[in-house]
Amino acid sequence: MTQVLESYQTEDGRTIGDVVLDLKNITLRFGGVEAIKNISFNIRQGEIRAIIGPNGAGKSSMLNVISGFYTPQEGEVWFNGKPRAPLRPYQVARQGIARTFQNIALFEGMSVLDNVMTGRLNHMKSGMLSQAIWKGKAEREEIENRERVEHVIDFLEIQSIRKTPVGRLPYGLKKRVELARALAAEPNLLLLDEPMAGMNVEEKEDMSRFILDVNDEFGTTIALIEHDMGVVMDLSDRVVVMDYGRKIGDGTPDEVRSNQDVIDAYLGVSND
Amino acid sequence: MTKSQSTQVVSLPQLLARNAKQFRDKTAYREKEFGIWQSWTWAEAAEEIEALALGFLTLGATPGDYIAIIGRNRPALYWAIVAIEKVGCVPVPLYQDAVADEVAYALKHCGARFVVAGDQEQVDKIMDVRDELSNIEHIVYHDGRGLRKYDHTDLTSYADLQAKGRAEGDAAELKRREDALDLDSTCVMLYTSGTTSKPKGVVLSNRNVIETAKNSSAFDNLTENEDILAYLPMAWVGDFIFSIAQSLWNGFCVNCPESAETMQSDLREIGPSYFFAPPAVFERQLTQVMIRMEDAGKLKRKMFHHFMGVAQRVGPKVLDGEKVSPLARLNYALARILVVEPLKDTLGMRRIRVGYTAGEAIGPELFNFYRSLGINLKQLYGQTEATVYITQQPNGEVRSDTVGVPSPGVELRIDDSGEVFYRSPGVFVEYFNNPKSTADTKDKDGWVATGDAGFIEEKSGHLRIIDRVKDVGKMANGALFAPKYVENKLKFYPDVLEAVVFGAGEENCTAFLNIDLTAVGNWAERNNIAYSSYQELSQHPQVLDMMEQHVAEVNASIAEDEMLASCQIHRFLVLHKELDADDGEMTRTKKVRRGVIAEKFNDLVTALYGTENSIYTETEVTYEDGRKGKISAQLEIRSASVNPIAQKVAAE
Repeated sequence: MTQVLESYQTEDGRTIGDVVLDLKNITLRFGGVEAIKNISFNIRQGEIRAIIGPNGAGKSSMLNVISGFYTPQEGEVWFNGKPRAPLRPYQVARQGIARTFQNIALFEGMSVLDNVMTGRLNHMKSGMLSQAIWKGKAEREEIENRERVEHVIDFLEIQSIRKTPVGRLPYGLKKRVELARALAAEPNLLLLDEPMAGMNVEEKEDMSRFILDVNDEFGTTIALIEHDMGVVMDLSDRVVVMDYGRKIGDGTPDEVRSNQDVIDAYLGVSND
Repeated sequence: MTKSQSTQVVSLPQLLARNAKQFRDKTAYREKEFGIWQSWTWAEAAEEIEALALGFLTLGATPGDYIAIIGRNRPALYWAIVAIEKVGCVPVPLYQDAVADEVAYALKHCGARFVVAGDQEQVDKIMDVRDELSNIEHIVYHDGRGLRKYDHTDLTSYADLQAKGRAEGDAAELKRREDALDLDSTCVMLYTSGTTSKPKGVVLSNRNVIETAKNSSAFDNLTENEDILAYLPMAWVGDFIFSIAQSLWNGFCVNCPESAETMQSDLREIGPSYFFAPPAVFERQLTQVMIRMEDAGKLKRKMFHHFMGVAQRVGPKVLDGEKVSPLARLNYALARILVVEPLKDTLGMRRIRVGYTAGEAIGPELFNFYRSLGINLKQLYGQTEATVYITQQPNGEVRSDTVGVPSPGVELRIDDSGEVFYRSPGVFVEYFNNPKSTADTKDKDGWVATGDAGFIEEKSGHLRIIDRVKDVGKMANGALFAPKYVENKLKFYPDVLEAVVFGAGEENCTAFLNIDLTAVGNWAERNNIAYSSYQELSQHPQVLDMMEQHVAEVNASIAEDEMLASCQIHRFLVLHKELDADDGEMTRTKKVRRGVIAEKFNDLVTALYGTENSIYTETEVTYEDGRKGKISAQLEIRSASVNPIAQKVAAE
């Protein structure tokens, strides 16, 4: 099992930097069930890191540990070179982590624009009173944030649905709006929980392009969970493979692809 | 017309300079970006264009070079056209949705040295075919997203080129080149869509373009206060005339939508006063209105239908200034307050003073719908070779079945075979590097063959077009065969998107139909009909029943026309895929390529003339990125009821 230790250059010339997030010997239990068993891996600045594995392997739990939603019973999460204490969700967001959900979690009755604007909440400092009066700082802030949001809307090419209520959108577009909301927060680390689930080929292609563009354009570090092996192998720089809560592989897509444990877990063991 | 227009202007850059002086702080271009309409005054636009032109000088552009432009409608690309002219080069706008091969053909044919590309997609397209195009020296892109990592040796951003032009450009040289332009220098080269063959490059001179802008602006009293929405392909001659020539001539404002998908809402925000759209756009809008009305409450629906009825009876008469009774007037006023004006506002057509449709025949119902809203929608007939205008309808003489009277300065002639010829100041210079085609089309006296068969109505003096000359044929029994005439009748049904009729040299006529997914899909939803794909929906028995009924109705209407009664459709099928320009079945301007279709679907045509009621077929499709795939389907062939041909013809 190979583990990249130093900063490295990808094939397409991006420089992958220092370790941003380091997970050390994480174990997570729900009562008697061990969802994650003693797993360690890291995520480096600027890379696209995938977590894959069959159903029930513990991928989403892992993402929830990274996002601070679950606190592991054992092990440490190091973020930006420091061990991280258990956090509340808003504190996680302020640290520069944003995420999307496997089951879309948008405000269905609100317009796309308003939904994406909620991603900017952390960047709004004006008080309730000045928001209500809508003068001075509140107005300035709203305009600044709207501008950021408009760049994200432009980036993800969702101008035509800017004012459409989210509830009226098809599934693939909702996923894109969720990504937009996460991007609006200008995260350093973006967590994507099955961004391609339930999409058709064309939607998957679009989403893949957007993920690559986000990484390329903003230098955002991305950790994603995905079922679609083709997508994962094309997108990611490094892949962690989980099975039954254990880490069974870690490395570049090519390394993982040729790893016998991974082949067995994914394709089943041949009986010949 | 303002005074300065009476002094002779010989080039577009001169018009720009005049506007920058005369309309200095008036808005010349708007574009919606980041949710806001950004705007540029004439003075600002002139500065941007100057900087870009100087930039082209630093690239080493020499007079007579061809520079291609490819991308969606954006002010920057319109500026590029004028900037290219300033340096004495020839702008060649290309269709932005053309596949790489088509782009390569045009770039090679004109030997373009530089390309101005809108974004990464267009740059990629050119990069893909770069190996076979040694003539391309440099690509200038406007939107740099995704291009940062590209090798920039032969690639520059639009802004960088402008900056370089401002810093190092030779202003004196630019002035010299601009002054060297005259009425006979080439203004633009536009590739025809090529219904039958490879595209041809139509060369238009400054004289063609400026005379046309002058005449057509006078015809409709266009002023500097018009607003237009630039959303049609930049490579199409119509857009060139409206968004470049007429805009520069009159000094009116060109508005570019945020993206193709936001066109409808941008249209509403701008509320253009001068509007142009092919029938397909009007049809799509009408379909959407009808679909949304079906979803509205009972009261609203009743109100809509009642007052639209009133508007349809009275509206066109009011528009043409005919006499209308006071009661009808009152009713119409009520209709306007309650339905018509709000609807026009929703459609973004409230301020339209002059609207044109062209390119294809427009259905009488569709046409009358917009006329009854009080929208001054007129028809015009033209082609690239004429710098658009051949005939157009004057205010107050608008009908759905004619294309109007000759435009100012145009002479018309119908030859013995029925083909329409014209001669005008807008007649093109030549087809680029193709003297044979030029000679075939334009005779030494300047008369140009349109390729369309038509006649001039004696009473009104209006021109009526029947069909393409080469498509008009004879059937086996010697009767006249005019496929377009029948196809148009079929296409007037909202759920029929396209129709292709066969029958030249045959005993009877047959047809391919394409369903309109929006209309039929909505109908299916309403009637609880489940389908998983276009293909499945197209073969649904109830859809076929519906189509059979349409064909029967069309047959009945054709049967009344003695000359064309033999064109009734005996058997038809509904195609399993939409006819698409990417597959070469249509031109980029959405005209069916009859020959290509007949060849490609040869098995289906044979089946239509056979006896089987079902056929299995496989078809190759091309995706926009050039990849190919295959779809297969089992198609049902239906027979339609045919009416006996009127006695007179049968007796002959």
